[in-house]
Amino acid sequence: MKLKWEDHGIKTPLGRARGLGSAKEGSDHWMSQRITAIANIPLVLWFVYSIVSLNGASHAEFTSWLAQPLNAILAILFVISIFYHAKLGAQVVTEDYFHGEAVKFVKLIAQKLVLFALGIACVFSILKIAL
Amino acid sequence: MSETSIEKKARPLSPHLQVYKPQMTSVLSILHRACGIALALGIFLIAAVLVSAAIGEDAYNKVQGFVASPIGLLMLFGWSVALYYHMCNGIRHLFWDVGYLFKIQNAYKAGYVVLLATAILVAATWYCAFNMVGGV
Repeated sequence: MKLKWEDHGIKTPLGRARGLGSAKEGSDHWMSQRITAIANIPLVLWFVYSIVSLNGASHAEFTSWLAQPLNAILAILFVISIFYHAKLGAQVVTEDYFHGEAVKFVKLIAQKLVLFALGIACVFSILKIAL
Repeated sequence: MSETSIEKKARPLSPHLQVYKPQMTSVLSILHRACGIALALGIFLIAAVLVSAAIGEDAYNKVQGFVASPIGLLMLFGWSVALYYHMCNGIRHLFWDVGYLFKIQNAYKAGYVVLLATAILVAATWYCAFNMVGGV
């Protein structure tokens, strides 16, 4: 019986040794980008409608609006969807235009961490205001 | 790295981008990405508004003061254009993803629809913004 790691298909021994190649997650990024894009459409329209109608709102008006459960839920969904979509898009842009391996590596990790941190900050802020 | 690493030799490149006449399809494609980058930066403003509102009234008023300033309004306007364009052209991309609009005339037609829809949405949004001041 052949063991799993013996089945190396068309890869050359050098290719296997380098450990590069498919990580079997090729379509995940693409599909996630589309799913968040679809989610973004209604959420962005709701967001624009909201900020237009909140035009000139005081702190009290803004927080009481955000404290309504439906608004808080939609705001959290909006934040998660746009931040994830931004993370996926920013990753592709960096992969396409930054050719120095070290710079690319650092930038990919930095933007991922920054967007994750900002997203968490947004969700926490919404919860703090709403709860 | 040792000599087994992938070597990067200075290979001759065929002329690309700069020798092509800009076409509507390529310009819209570049614009889609440019707007995406702008929106990823605009996300900082969303975070600033939400976090400042959670911190308190003073912080919130500071952010609002910036947003309402001429430069803030200019940024908001640019943001609304980028947002609507990226959304409309993103829908065009979703059509391509499921196999439609590949005929070159249809790709062009959809491109014009995207531009028109963006203009209408931007105009409608700012019309509402200036006529609904203070209304929550």
